[in-house]
Amino acid sequence: MNHDLSLSLQDQVKEAIAKKHTLAIVGGGSKSFLQSAKADAELNLSGHRGVLNYEPGELFISARAGTPLAEIETLLADHRQMLASEPQHFSQGENLATLGGAVACGFSGSRRPFAGSLRDHVLGVNMLNGKGERLQFGGQVMKNVAGFDVSRLMVGARGTLGALLEISVKVMPKPELEQTLLFECPSVHAVKRMSGFVHRSLPLSALAWLEGYLLVRLEGTETAVSAASAQIGGDVAEQSANFWLSLREQTHPFFRRHQPLWRLSVPPAADLPIPENEVFIDWQGGLRWWQTDRSAEYIQTMASKAGGYAYLFRDAGPVIGDSPPTGLLTLHRSLKQSFDPDGLFNPGLMGGQF
Amino acid sequence: MSLSKTTCAALMTRLGKVLSKHALLHDEEALRPYECDGLSAYRQLPAVVCLPETVEQVQAVLRICDELQVPVVPRGAGTGLSGGALPDHAGVLLVLTKLNRILEIDAPNFCARVEPGVRNLALSEATRPLGLYYAPDPSSQIACSIGGNVAENSGGVHCLKYGLTVHNVLGLKMLTIEGELLDIGGKTLDAPGYDVLALLCGSEGLLGVIVEITVRLLPCPECAQVMVAAFDDVAKAGAAVGNVIAAGIIPAGLEMMDKLAIRAAEDFVHVGYPKHAAAILLCEVDGARVEVPEELQRVRQIMLESGAFEVRIATDEAERALFWKSRKATFPAVGRLSPDYYCMDGTIPRHRLAEVLTRIEALSEQFGLPVANVFHAGDGNLHPLILYDANREGDLTKAEALGACILRLCVAVGGTITGEHGVGIEKLDGMCMQFKSSELSQFLRVKAAFDPQGLLNPGKAVPTLHRCAELGAMHVHRGQVPFPELERF
Ligand SMILES: Cc1cc2nc3c(=O)[nH]c(=O)nc-3n(C[C@H](O)[C@H](O)[C@H](O)COP(=O)(O)OP(=O)(O)OC[C@H]3O[C@@H](n4cnc5c(N)ncnc54)[C@H](O)[C@@H]3O)c2cc1C
Repeated sequence: MNHDLSLSLQDQVKEAIAKKHTLAIVGGGSKSFLQSAKADAELNLSGHRGVLNYEPGELFISARAGTPLAEIETLLADHRQMLASEPQHFSQGENLATLGGAVACGFSGSRRPFAGSLRDHVLGVNMLNGKGERLQFGGQVMKNVAGFDVSRLMVGARGTLGALLEISVKVMPKPELEQTLLFECPSVHAVKRMSGFVHRSLPLSALAWLEGYLLVRLEGTETAVSAASAQIGGDVAEQSANFWLSLREQTHPFFRRHQPLWRLSVPPAADLPIPENEVFIDWQGGLRWWQTDRSAEYIQTMASKAGGYAYLFRDAGPVIGDSPPTGLLTLHRSLKQSFDPDGLFNPGLMGGQF
Repeated sequence: MSLSKTTCAALMTRLGKVLSKHALLHDEEALRPYECDGLSAYRQLPAVVCLPETVEQVQAVLRICDELQVPVVPRGAGTGLSGGALPDHAGVLLVLTKLNRILEIDAPNFCARVEPGVRNLALSEATRPLGLYYAPDPSSQIACSIGGNVAENSGGVHCLKYGLTVHNVLGLKMLTIEGELLDIGGKTLDAPGYDVLALLCGSEGLLGVIVEITVRLLPCPECAQVMVAAFDDVAKAGAAVGNVIAAGIIPAGLEMMDKLAIRAAEDFVHVGYPKHAAAILLCEVDGARVEVPEELQRVRQIMLESGAFEVRIATDEAERALFWKSRKATFPAVGRLSPDYYCMDGTIPRHRLAEVLTRIEALSEQFGLPVANVFHAGDGNLHPLILYDANREGDLTKAEALGACILRLCVAVGGTITGEHGVGIEKLDGMCMQFKSSELSQFLRVKAAFDPQGLLNPGKAVPTLHRCAELGAMHVHRGQVPFPELERF
């Protein structure tokens, strides 16, 4: 399906400016655990879809923001390529998640420490700012330092700086082979052992810990993977692709505890006193998912003492997500002002602030 | 506007209170070494040079300048190639090279905290005993500073696989023009709120002064090997680049040199590159010991199938180092062929390589100036070096006009005017080619969000709309561009 709604979207933005209305930007509506913006009208991007340019040899794909992530992934897989950052869909089995939504949220999966984040791979965006202007930043080449890096600024901005119309992202070759090895290991030793693996020149694509096991995912050529697996031992996991998918999409039984789920981004070696049965460690230790009824203050203090930060990722009701650090709040406001002077887009979604 | 006598006197008195005598330069003779960066075609003496040794001193200098409304141009090692550190004649040149301490090497967290004046290579040298290194390796790495790398979002010969500076920086401390210290990111792989870190990488000193950087360190690969493939035709070499990538291989580095560059490098370093080749590709593969030879053989096969007439694999570490030394020395080597050279930095989609190189050759003939090409082929980042003689009447203008044609060509094929050297003072007109006025206005508003008075590195990186309008008028209506008889892209 291929639809260019950019003119109509631009008109809707201009109309909202004229009427002094605020706009809630809507994609596929997949991430329903996140609070949506309370606004006067909706700017629906889900019909604005279609791949615009894909040249496997150039290692990038450009698509309209409303293009389903699944459609992009299938196309890439047909050419033995992938979005290396494994962006989460959170679509509950339906193909709701859109490219634009993924970029606006900026989540990356387990391959993040080894292949980069979604933000790392964004090459360019075409967007509408709060003045209703259609702007192009970045492009389709990997190296580009002309002008400020506005494209990457959009990643994780939750649509508060503008509506993304088109996005170009870098893609990577899909590895020939994947194998996951399991090691019995208490959580307190997990990150130290992970660091040991990183020093050993292995073709790593994930290092995680869950329910008493260290999980080592190897990806690469057959030679590289089998040599690495022979070198480090461990038990070969079966159905590993589905297993990683269930972790990425948080459909794994671990996530079904009906307790608040906190996301802690910390220096990878951080030693955090989290009870073993409440935590899933990802990103080589850099990301800790914690299901707990502990107070926000307790958790956030723990994360910040370790040199990181934490926010409530899922709860019984919709959550707000991350918020700007206090020391950068003024700058955040000025940036918001510079893109969206009338506060048109997604009011409140930047940490409940604006 | 030049600095009034009273402002200048007030500035000197106040700066004298925070900086020692040898850290505050005012005499013309002392200022002279700072009149330009790596782009020596532009020169300008600053009013004052400050060489602070602590963050507090930098902060004090900024506060003084902010109060007195004196422009500030930050400068690292001065190796920039776009005039980004060109002084403002009525301003302070804030040189950060004395803030050169490695503050912490945090091996368990795979990162290091450094001051901005730390040299790029010095960091990797310090971390190598721990089996770690800092991946971005610009050819200027012996000299350039990490602060400068952040400000330019520098790349290097290994950025095809390991990314640019923006992909390898985790945190920054920066001072606003008002002297406020902002702490951005840290030792984590992401940070809450807007991605201010991304905005600062490549901000060319316009948004803030970077006073501390937390960089990511990577484990040194177990094994790295390099090969040289020689071609009798530039187009074949260009196609080979695409074929390697299309085969699903991401080499650690993939560099191209054309005939003139090869000749220059050979005369300088004597590696034994095949001198009669029209182009050579330098391809490095790294990773685990078992995997590298296999991948290298695959690359070798692709090179041969793409028409390489000779493929040589470095036999040992010494030869590998020599191959790279020669590549990294190409700029100075070309400098020996000609009194002056002008280095361009456009990026193009890889599949247009052969076509663009052929058109650059034609332009070179039209303008009567030789062009040597040595560049990061893997990511389509071209560095045409235009050879000219500044002492020959009209040569510089001709070189600049040829450069402008090359940049227009890069934009026309879907690329960009600068891949890693930045816009600085040099490519302001190129920005008018690449961006619409609404986009430039957005950049200017971002700048104002950080620096409302426009005191930080004024007149760089983002052109005024007025300048673009004048340029447009010149191109379209009056036809007064230099060399109107020549074809333009
Ligand atoms: C021979 C040669 C080879 C090169 N090869 C490469 C290459 O392979 N890849 C590449 O990317 N570049 C290359 N360069 C360009 C140059 O080395 C890089 O741009 C480098 O990052 C500049 O660092 P510097 O410390 O010299 O910065 P400077 O030239 O001093 O400054 C560059 C810009 O950064 C700003 N700045 C510097 N420090 C700070 C700070 N602390 N805070 C805020 N702003 C600051 C300045 O205002 C200026 O705009 C090469 C240059 C030469 C001469």
